[in-house]
Amino acid sequence: MPLNWILVLTTFLFCVGVYGVLARRNAVIVLMSVELMLNAVNLNFIAFNGVVGDDRLIGQVFALFVIAIAAAELGVGLAIVLLIYRNSFTVSLDEVNLLKW
Amino acid sequence: MEMAFVVPVIAMASAALIWAIGKRFPRRGAEIGVGAMVAVLLGSLLVFFDTIRHIGADPDFHGFERAVTWMNFGPDSTLELGFHVDGLTAVLMVVVGFVALMVHLYAASYMKGDVRVTHFFATLSLFTASMLNLVLANNMLQMLLGWEGMGICSYLLIGHWWEKHENSSAAIKAFLTTRVGDVGFMFGIFVLFWAARSFNVAQINEMAAAGDIARGTLTVAAVLLFCGAIGKSAQFPLHTWLPDAMAGPTPVSALIHAATMVVAGVYLVARMFPVFDNASDIALDEVAIIGSITMVIAALLALVQQDLKRVLAYSTISQLAYMIGGLGVGAYTASVFHIWTHAWFKALLFLGAGSVIHAVHSNNMTDMGGLFKKMPITSITFIIGGLALAAFPPFAGFWSKDELVTGAYEAATHGSTAGMITFIAMMLTAFLTACYVARMLALTFFGAPKYDEKHVHPHESPRLMTYPLIALAVLAVAGGWVGIPGDLNQFGTWVHYGEEHAAFNPMIAIASTGLALAGFAVGWAIFRLGRVKVDLQRTALAPFYRLLLNKYYLDEIYFRGIVRPVRDGLSRAAYWVNQHVLDGVVNAAGIVAVKSGTFAYRDVDQGLIDGLVNNLARFAGLAGDKLKFWQTGNMQRYAAAMFLGVATLVGAFAFFRF
Repeated sequence: MPLNWILVLTTFLFCVGVYGVLARRNAVIVLMSVELMLNAVNLNFIAFNGVVGDDRLIGQVFALFVIAIAAAELGVGLAIVLLIYRNSFTVSLDEVNLLKW
Repeated sequence: MEMAFVVPVIAMASAALIWAIGKRFPRRGAEIGVGAMVAVLLGSLLVFFDTIRHIGADPDFHGFERAVTWMNFGPDSTLELGFHVDGLTAVLMVVVGFVALMVHLYAASYMKGDVRVTHFFATLSLFTASMLNLVLANNMLQMLLGWEGMGICSYLLIGHWWEKHENSSAAIKAFLTTRVGDVGFMFGIFVLFWAARSFNVAQINEMAAAGDIARGTLTVAAVLLFCGAIGKSAQFPLHTWLPDAMAGPTPVSALIHAATMVVAGVYLVARMFPVFDNASDIALDEVAIIGSITMVIAALLALVQQDLKRVLAYSTISQLAYMIGGLGVGAYTASVFHIWTHAWFKALLFLGAGSVIHAVHSNNMTDMGGLFKKMPITSITFIIGGLALAAFPPFAGFWSKDELVTGAYEAATHGSTAGMITFIAMMLTAFLTACYVARMLALTFFGAPKYDEKHVHPHESPRLMTYPLIALAVLAVAGGWVGIPGDLNQFGTWVHYGEEHAAFNPMIAIASTGLALAGFAVGWAIFRLGRVKVDLQRTALAPFYRLLLNKYYLDEIYFRGIVRPVRDGLSRAAYWVNQHVLDGVVNAAGIVAVKSGTFAYRDVDQGLIDGLVNNLARFAGLAGDKLKFWQTGNMQRYAAAMFLGVATLVGAFAFFRF
């Protein structure tokens, strides 16, 4: 599989993620979009490792790290969303402006 | 001798100590003064004998000098603080130490119960310290320090009883009159410094003797220095302060007249003698002429005074003029010898006069008389002092005076006109001196009592007063024996200035003693025996008598010619200038200062600097106020901004191909 195909796919995935993060109001969907961006990056790592032909599989190892950290991040993020929902009965980011002056 | 500087320091410390803690003592500080003076006398004697030993071992001994640098100003100008001991210094130190001790002892009794005893003794000690400093000083500025120190102490002591206006006036007069001379002294110092680039006395003298200083410069310096001596030693025409200085307590008069203050002028001329000797003849001739004039006019004035202390004051002026005249004719040793003998009998006479005044409560001889039997010790010692003053052998005054007269005679025979004048004046003064001594003794101690016998009961003074009298009387007799002509003449080896020592001339001695005897006889005949009853007012001498009574109108002339123009004209002008010009300048300076201060505070500090800081802060606050609205709290906007930023960076990297 040529590298370009993979790069096109991952770019598409990343852009979908960016759109989701910037445009959607639902906090849960925003978190899912972040996941999309991370996974696009993971795919890049693996693809480039194959192209470079590194026997130590550094790309794969990085992808594993990213997955692990993404899991932790998602845990924290969902916990925050849950608390926001408990306090203000909404998960719409338009209505949550706590990070204000 | 190496530690000679300790002597004035002791006296100085005594003054400080009396001022600090004197009041707590039972005698209110007198005991500190007396104790310190004992130490001063002992120190002086040690220095004296050590110096004599050195002179005996080495006839070329030129004195011992030690100094530390006081301050440096300029590459070759150093001011030292040091001392210089030679025969002259040592002799003067003994005189000062002994007379100061006697005066302190005497004053401890005389001033007992006075309102300001503590102050009196402190000043007395400081006076002694100043004189010792002057005598020991190795440079001219240090001499000036002692010189002016005595000026201020004499002012304080003459005005000791300042409650009476005439006393404080006398103090001011003494201070100001001597100050006239001091100006000359100071300029003399400046001239010598300019010529020799040094204040050091020994160095200046050496340079003067070696001819390293131009004769004209030396002459100017000598005349200026002598102005100082005229003021301090009360020579004509600045002698008028001394009789008025009698306003002070009697012990002060004794100290001023015998050992300090007035002797300082003679000492100055003696110390700087090489300067005078190597200047042109005018310098020493001027000294001799001034001395001659003064000795005669002062002796004449002494004849007509009613105040016992004033008689003595004029006799002091006259005797100082003897020394000055002696220096003028080059009789150096004789002059210093006369300082030495004069100190003993003049201190004795003053202290004796104080004892008499203490007994009859009056200064006037018209209130005395017949005291011989009531006050035997005072009377006998006083008469000894009087005979020494009149220069009868073998009393001390005879030996020194004879040397002086011989010196003047020698000068006259060598063709010096000034020497001739001095010789004649000295002979005349010898006659007059004996005459007023006879008058003084007759009026004070003999004849019928003239005091109010109902209220005044004269009695002998306490021992503390009579013992100094006895001690001084012994010296007034024996003090001159160190200078007996011939092989026994010790004094000439102690103090000398290379001059040919005038040989003892029996004719001169007989002539001067004969004149003195004649004078004494005349005085005694008129005032004791009443053989000659003349009312001077009615004779041809009346105008002359009035002239004497009015002290040659000198005080009057000074008052009309100097005091009044200065007081009414110059002082007023100075006051006007002070009020209008100087005050104007000062006020203007003040106003400018206030204005610029206000400007600096209000405009620069408050306005500019504070304003800058405040405005910076205000700007930051304002900017924050406006910019905070960018922080909406909407997380997605933040994220959008972040992506924008990342996109920009990526774009930039891609574009510039880093």
